[in-house]
Amino acid sequence: MPEAATLEFRGAIKRYPGHEEPAVNELSLTVPAGEICVLVGPSGCGKTTAMRMVNRMIDITGGDILLDDRSVTDREPAELRREIGYAIQQIGLFPHLTVGDNIATVPRLLGWDKPRIAERVDELLELVSLDPGDTRDRYPAQLSGGQRQRIGVARALAVDPPLMLMDEPFGAIDPINRESLQNEFLRLQQRLRKTIVFVTHDIDEAIKMGDRIAILKEGGHLAQYASPAELLMYPADKFVEDFVGADRALKRLALQRVRDIDLWKAATVRVGEPVPGARAKLDDADIDYLLVVDDDGRPRGWLSDRGLSGERVTEEFRSKAQPVVEMDDVLRDALSDLLESETRYGAVVDDGGRVQGILSLEVISHVLQAPPEEVPHGADAFVPED
Amino acid sequence: MTLAQVQIQQREGGTCEANNGFCPDWIADNLDRYVDPFLQHVFLTVTSVAIGFVIAFALALLAHRKRWLLPPLSASSQILYGIPSVALFLLLLPITGRGSVTGLIALVSYTLIFVFVNVTTGLDGVPKDSVDAARGMGLTERQLLWRVEVPLALPEIFAGLRIATTTTVGLAALAFFAGAGGLGEEITRDKGFQSNIAVAGGLAVLLALVLDLLILVVQRLMTPWRRAAM
Amino acid sequence: MAKGGDVSIPLASVFSEFGGAIEFLFKAQPSDLDPNTKVGGVSEMLGLLLNHVALSGAAVAIGTAIAIPLGLYLGHHGKGEFAAINASNVGRAIPTLVLLTVFIAYIGVGFVPIMLALALLALPPVLTNTWVAARQVERETVDAARGMGMTDSQIIQRVELPLSLPTIFAGIRVAAVNVVATATIAPLGSVDSLGTPIISGNVYGADGRLGAAIAVSVLTLAVSGALAALQRAITPKGLKMGAEKPRRRFSPNLRRRETATP
Repeated sequence: MPEAATLEFRGAIKRYPGHEEPAVNELSLTVPAGEICVLVGPSGCGKTTAMRMVNRMIDITGGDILLDDRSVTDREPAELRREIGYAIQQIGLFPHLTVGDNIATVPRLLGWDKPRIAERVDELLELVSLDPGDTRDRYPAQLSGGQRQRIGVARALAVDPPLMLMDEPFGAIDPINRESLQNEFLRLQQRLRKTIVFVTHDIDEAIKMGDRIAILKEGGHLAQYASPAELLMYPADKFVEDFVGADRALKRLALQRVRDIDLWKAATVRVGEPVPGARAKLDDADIDYLLVVDDDGRPRGWLSDRGLSGERVTEEFRSKAQPVVEMDDVLRDALSDLLESETRYGAVVDDGGRVQGILSLEVISHVLQAPPEEVPHGADAFVPED
Repeated sequence: MTLAQVQIQQREGGTCEANNGFCPDWIADNLDRYVDPFLQHVFLTVTSVAIGFVIAFALALLAHRKRWLLPPLSASSQILYGIPSVALFLLLLPITGRGSVTGLIALVSYTLIFVFVNVTTGLDGVPKDSVDAARGMGLTERQLLWRVEVPLALPEIFAGLRIATTTTVGLAALAFFAGAGGLGEEITRDKGFQSNIAVAGGLAVLLALVLDLLILVVQRLMTPWRRAAM
Repeated sequence: MAKGGDVSIPLASVFSEFGGAIEFLFKAQPSDLDPNTKVGGVSEMLGLLLNHVALSGAAVAIGTAIAIPLGLYLGHHGKGEFAAINASNVGRAIPTLVLLTVFIAYIGVGFVPIMLALALLALPPVLTNTWVAARQVERETVDAARGMGMTDSQIIQRVELPLSLPTIFAGIRVAAVNVVATATIAPLGSVDSLGTPIISGNVYGADGRLGAAIAVSVLTLAVSGALAALQRAITPKGLKMGAEKPRRRFSPNLRRRETATP
């Protein structure tokens, strides 16, 4: 596994001459190795400035910034920057260089030999899901926005830097492609485990991407530095509360998947089963409804009282078992399903469609009481698709 | 008052020549007299564009680094541009005397303007995000200039070079006012004779077009990414 | 360079030559060719200046009168891109001396042929600039005008022309400076201008030639400066306000440039 660095802001200050208020005001926070720290806040809060102070694109005027316990101010800026991946919203690909040459920029600066560079370029293109043979010799103008963004990320990763700086890297992409790029990036991060400073103005993106979120407010003050769940459950002040939005319980539910929580036990019966045995199952279950499943264990419907009136269970449903909840669904989407279901219960099914348990409003409300430490974040909250 | 200066040109030939007409025979017989003026014209153009380009490029890079130099340099080049070439050739005479040197000094001055303006606008036009990304990746200022900014400014720079070259071919036609010879001398020697104007003028236009084309070809070779856009 | 092996430029002689040249402009003096004929002096120079201005003015007026409507029409309809864009390039490739002498040799001497040659010189920069300016008017603006019910000619007159004026005027300025400068060699075609003492050097002498060069330079610079001022004056107020180049969405751009460490 490639190494990652620990980053520490220690009372870092940026003061511009002629401005009374500093742009970044005594910022102190530590980003543990291998985590994504999202800097988020309204425009003018100094989040980009704070990020650019790390690779000395902007020099601090007070305090210190330490990369693996070594002050960035001790380093030669150009040399420091070559060790830190850098990706920005505008991407900044060099239009006069091919994709391969763009990615090879820093390896060349560091004097890698040609075969090693060629090998690395292809490796990176594959890493960001692009076909090396097809893409390598193209110019940026020949690529789509999403492809360019991927090249930007590949270029930033070129020399396997222990730290990456990303300034709204997906900001200029349309919502659908942004979603898939975010997922792709989180999947990448599950493998690479880089330390990443990620700037965005979008709280939803922050909650999705961040292991930790630093919310900055006007004047470069740090309002709160916490995990996404903690931020949503215990906002430090009114500003954070407003910034994360009134739907913060729903946002929190978006962090957890059905498979991560304890479900209720379902009482499943098959058509034709003897009624007494079926009734006995109810005593054992967490709910008062019987769920009829087919021979493969797939849910068919919620049994009505009439279905239990004879000797054997008949096909009398009070309602269909729709919609079903899947294990990989995030709780917010599952909640939406519950609200649509007549019984306010959701049958949770596995990949084969077999019933695994029941999701109820009570379960969800119980989850919301759980301590934030139990809520996964960043790349861990992300379950890769098959 | 003005005495009209009537110059009677002695030339051999038949009625066509006597009528100042366009005479292919005369042209065929007299082509060789244009060789030396043409070569002198080429020399004046190429030398002054080359010298002017080097000086202007250096000045533009300097002004790119030291921004305060830009306004005075731009202003002086604007004023210089406002002086008609004929006048500049003559104004230099008392200082540098008659001859090729004076011609070159004036022509270099005009080249300076076009190249300087285009190199500076070219460098200013480099996408800011490319510059930011280059710095962020750890390019030094020198690497940034030569690997990113100058290559991206090439289309602008070449445009300036092309304008400078075609313009200089035209201005060199007036360099005879400074005693620097060239095709202009042949043109004015017998300005009413259609054959003379056709050959000497044609050579000047041809020179401009050929040099322009040459530069265009070099530009195409040096900026392959410009053709790559979808 | 300096004569007689003297390396340094003989400053005194340079000053005396320029002094003589300026004196020529204000005081008539005997001609080198014929001591009984007086040349130079304020009244003759004023006459030449008027001729110069009349010739140039007529040429620019005619060139502009053709180029602006043509450029607006082609630009509005998006036609003739190749011709409009390359007019300036072709114009530049033809040396002014060649243009003028082609008219002299093939059409004749006198005011009209020379003026037409100069008008042809004025045409390309105005045409190119007008076309480009008309094309650069934002399509949304034109679309809005059409949506409000303007006809094509109303759009050209009320929207595209006012918005294009500054650029068109920049073209006129280039044309005017070129024409005024080139009118210096109009005497080759037997039309008097400030260039007469230069072309008829044997009559006016070295002082006359240098004096005329000074006068022509002053005139060209004055025309260029005056048109630049006029250009600023006619720019619609709304355009001046938005005159700064549109910045990229890259917020504290200036700050960054100042503070980025090399």
